Amino acid sequence: MANLKDLRIRITSVKSTQKITSAMKMVAASKLRRAQGAAEEGRPYAERMERMLGELMGSLTTLDGAPKLLAGTGSEETHLVVPITADRGLCGGFNGSIIREARRQVRDLQGQGKKVKLLCVGRKGRDGLNRNFPDLIIETLEGLIKSGVEYPVASGVAQNIVARFDAGEFDVCSIIYNRFVSAISQEVTGQQIIPFPIPEIADDAPEKDTDGASYLMEPSEEEILAELLPRNLSVQMFRALLESNASEHGARMSAMDNATRNAGDMLDDLTMTYNRTRQAVITSELIEIISGAEAL
Amino acid sequence: MADAPTKIELEVVTPAKLLLSVVADMVVVPGAEGDFGVLPGHAPMISTVRAGTVNVYEDDKIVASLFVEGGFAEVTAGRCTVLAENAQMVTDIDHASAEKRLAAARTAQSADTDHVDGLDSAEVRAAEAMAAAASSHK
Repeated sequence: MANLKDLRIRITSVKSTQKITSAMKMVAASKLRRAQGAAEEGRPYAERMERMLGELMGSLTTLDGAPKLLAGTGSEETHLVVPITADRGLCGGFNGSIIREARRQVRDLQGQGKKVKLLCVGRKGRDGLNRNFPDLIIETLEGLIKSGVEYPVASGVAQNIVARFDAGEFDVCSIIYNRFVSAISQEVTGQQIIPFPIPEIADDAPEKDTDGASYLMEPSEEEILAELLPRNLSVQMFRALLESNASEHGARMSAMDNATRNAGDMLDDLTMTYNRTRQAVITSELIEIISGAEAL
Repeated sequence: MADAPTKIELEVVTPAKLLLSVVADMVVVPGAEGDFGVLPGHAPMISTVRAGTVNVYEDDKIVASLFVEGGFAEVTAGRCTVLAENAQMVTDIDHASAEKRLAAARTAQSADTDHVDGLDSAEVRAAEAMAAAASSHK
């Protein structure tokens, strides 16, 4: 049977762990609220950008001569996979599920005889993938998200990707991130961003206020597209980072909530054992004294 | 065609948030190829936007002006949407930091050896527009 001192030490240590996890849970909850707010505020821009793109695509009759970001390079030889994870752990299956999906995609693509490169956003993704594919990782971006997701940061990542695309380093690019569903659930989402898939305009879209007239373009359709596409990429990246950030805090919150509860259960058990042991020690001491007295 | 709208809805959106959503009589947008006014019933148009000021008119008077930088404007008969990388109300611009940015941009430009004289870099032009917007409300 464990002795009293050991039990006491364990109880103190579990208690302090519980304090830490419950503090982390609190912090995650407040960060989650902010991240969720930011994600919501960022939505109008993305929606309008999508609408504008949709209209531009609608007036585009042929992909000939369209920018490469839209039309592709004409080959699908090299794929760039961008898994977006967190820099820190202790958030349940958040990073693990991204890494698993990235690994699956890489194996899939390699199975088809394609070349794959990885650009990891977030340190945990690099750590996880480095074990399987140390040669495929071309760059790791970490420390991007400090107090919140900022647009210039997302735009920087997008520019990095576009520069690599222009240099012919890859033909197809897709990102993997956790989409925020609710505070306790995230959905691993894969999305192709280069070449940009042409958005389908919903039939019930309410923006029929142009009366079917086509848009005037100033300066010209090509020039607008050439500016709009990289910017759209930044927006997609921004949105993914926002979603991922909100998901991370949600995941951490529920993970820490679980940990706090488990620590509570463990404390109950340990306290029970401690009290039993204490009583047993007292009883045996009493017996010793009594039998000692009787022997006299 | 439906009744021509008599007002125009203006929205200025940045990646971070919806900055402004108002109904106005006229909006003047700094297009890449020159400023253009948007009145209700404007023909649908998509244009790129240079750094400059968007003015909102109510009865021939400017009721609000915003500094916008880098983006697009989408115009339909009753709606004008400005998507800007960076936008803020002119009254919120800090004069000193606008000047500082302009000075930094000028220094960067003069340090650039590839630079052609008389042709300002995009950053200098944006900073100039910002400083001009900042001083306009002084």
